[in-house]
Amino acid sequence: MAHESEHMISIDEARHVADLARLQMTDEQVESCRGDLESILGHIETINAINVEGIEPLAAAIEMTNRLSPDEVHDSLPVDEVLANAPALEDRYIAVPKVLDEDGNN
Amino acid sequence: MSNDDGILQLSEQVRSGQTTAESVIESCLERIDCYDPVLGCFQDTCADVARERAREVDRLVNDGKDPGPLAGVPVAVKDTIVSRNEITTCGSRILENYVSPYDATVYTRLLDAGAVPFGKTRCDEFAMGSSTEHCAFGSVRNPWDTSRVPGGSSGGSAAAVAAGFCPAALGSDTGGSIRQPAALCGVVGIKPTYGRVSRYGLVSFGPSLDQVGPFARSVEDAAAILQVIAGEDVHDSTTIDTPVPDLLAELHAPVKKLRVGVPSEYLDEDNDPAVNERVHAAMDVYRSLGAEIVDVQLPLTDVGIATYYVIGPAEASSNLARYDGIRYGRRATLEPGEVLFDLYARSRSEGFGDEVKRRIMLGTYVLSAGYYDAYYKRALQVRRLIRDEFNSVFEQCDILLGPTTNGPAFALGSKNDPLSMYLCDRYTVNANIAGICGISLPAGTVAVDGHELPIGIQLQAPALCEPTLLRAARMFEAAAGYENHLPDLKKTVASS
Repeated sequence: MAHESEHMISIDEARHVADLARLQMTDEQVESCRGDLESILGHIETINAINVEGIEPLAAAIEMTNRLSPDEVHDSLPVDEVLANAPALEDRYIAVPKVLDEDGNN
Repeated sequence: MSNDDGILQLSEQVRSGQTTAESVIESCLERIDCYDPVLGCFQDTCADVARERAREVDRLVNDGKDPGPLAGVPVAVKDTIVSRNEITTCGSRILENYVSPYDATVYTRLLDAGAVPFGKTRCDEFAMGSSTEHCAFGSVRNPWDTSRVPGGSSGGSAAAVAAGFCPAALGSDTGGSIRQPAALCGVVGIKPTYGRVSRYGLVSFGPSLDQVGPFARSVEDAAAILQVIAGEDVHDSTTIDTPVPDLLAELHAPVKKLRVGVPSEYLDEDNDPAVNERVHAAMDVYRSLGAEIVDVQLPLTDVGIATYYVIGPAEASSNLARYDGIRYGRRATLEPGEVLFDLYARSRSEGFGDEVKRRIMLGTYVLSAGYYDAYYKRALQVRRLIRDEFNSVFEQCDILLGPTTNGPAFALGSKNDPLSMYLCDRYTVNANIAGICGISLPAGTVAVDGHELPIGIQLQAPALCEPTLLRAARMFEAAAGYENHLPDLKKTVASS
C-alpha cells in the first residue's frame, strides 16, 4: 500500500464524502472505496489535457428554455397506492424516527 | 408465431384473427419457462397480467375494434421502467418491494398501441454496469454462450430478444446500456435522440443522459416500437415538442448519396481484430450500395469515458439521494441510540450494492466543495466540445459508422476492476453526452472457444435524424443479411 501522503484522497476525506452521501461504511470499505476512486479519478484526469478556456459549460445536450404547463387541475397519484410503499405508517402519515432532540438539534 | 415474422406481420395476424394475442404470449411464456432458468433474463414475467392483457387485445379484435399498430405484440420491459401494481426493483435491494402507483409513459403508449408489455427484465443495479453482473438478484447469461455476459445494463432485455423469448423489449441507455448489450447479444438496439422518448416512469440514473429505447430482431421491428413510444409528453418537460416523423414509411427506401463517416479513432488497434474486420466489411457493404465513405476525425472520443464518469455519477449521486428509507424503499431497523442520520445511512448502505455506492461516492466527491470547478464544471465544458465536434463532423457526413464495442461478449467475472468495465462503453458514451441518436446492428459472428459470438456495428446520426439513421441501418441489414440470426438455444443451454 502506498504511504498515506502519496494518496490524492486522505482517509478522512473519503470518510467525509461517505458521510455527505449518507453511506455507512466500515474502515475497510472506506479504504477500498478510496482506492477505486483514485483509480477512476486518475483516468478522469485525462480531461485536464483539453483546453476549455472560454467554453460555456453544457448541462444538457439539447438546450431548452423553461417549459410552462397550463394551470389546470389533474388527477394526482392514488394516495393509498403511494402510501402502501412507505416502510412505516401512522394513520395516513409516514412515520419517521424523532427528528429533533430535546435541544431542538437534528 | 415464426421467429422470422416481423412485428408488423404478427400484429396483422392478430388483427385479422389468424392468430390470437393470447396464443402469442403463451408461446413466449412457454419458451421462457423452458430456458430462462438457465439464462435469468427475467426478474419476473408477471405472466398472469400478461395473459390478461393479451385476452383484452383479443376481446377488441372479436368486437371488431382495432387494438392498434402493435396488436398482441409481446414487449419485455427492463426492470427500471415502472408499471402500476407490479414490483419494479431496478435490480436493487433498496427497491425490492417497490410497487409503482403509475405506469411509465412508454408503458402506457405500448398498451394504447395494443402491445402486450410484460415482465421485468434484469439489469445492473440502477442501470449502472456493462455486464448485468451488478444485479442484486442474479446475473443474466448470454444466449450465444452461457459462460459469457449479455452486456449491460439492459442485459436481460437484450438476451430475452436474442433467446427468442419475445420479438421486442425495452431498455434504457445512459452511456451505452441499450447498444452495448444489443451488440453482445446479436440484436438491434436503438438509443434515440435525447428528448425523443419520455423518461416519465423510467427510474432516473443520469437525467441529462438517460433515454428509453427498443431492442428487436430487425431494424423494422425496432422502428415499429420506437414509433409508438416516441413523442412529446406532458409528464416529461425534456421531451422534444417536434412531431415524430413516420419512421416506417420510407424505411426500406435506401438513402440516396449517403455519406458514411468513419472516424479514424473508432478503428483503434486495441479493438479485437474481428471487430475492426466487421467494420471494414460494413464499409464495403455501404460502398457496394453506392454510399460514399468519408474519413473523419473525432479526437474527443478518447475523453468520452472520463467526461461521462464525472457527469453520470454527479447526476446519479444527486438523484439517488431520494432513497433514504423514508417514503418508499428499504428502511433499516435502528439500534437503540441511533438517530435519523443513521436511518438514512444504514438504509442506503444495506440497500445499495458496491457499484452504486462507488458511483455515489464518485459523484459526491466531484460535486463537493473545492472540486466542483476542477471536475464537474470542466466536464460540462468538455461536453460542449464533444457536442460541437459531432456537429462539425456531421457537416461532412450523414451518419457515422464504427464498432459498438471493442470486442465480443466477455466471460462472467472477468472484469473485476471497475475501470476496465467502464472502458467497455468507449464507443457509446459520447452519443449520450451529445444527445444524438445511435443504433447497434448485428454484423456477423466470430468463433471463440467453440461458440459463435455476435459482433455489433454502431451507426450514429445527428439529433432528431432517426429517419436517416434507421434507413441507413436498414440498407446495411438488407444487404448484409444478419437479421433474425439467433443462437440455437437448445445447443448453448445444453453445453452450459
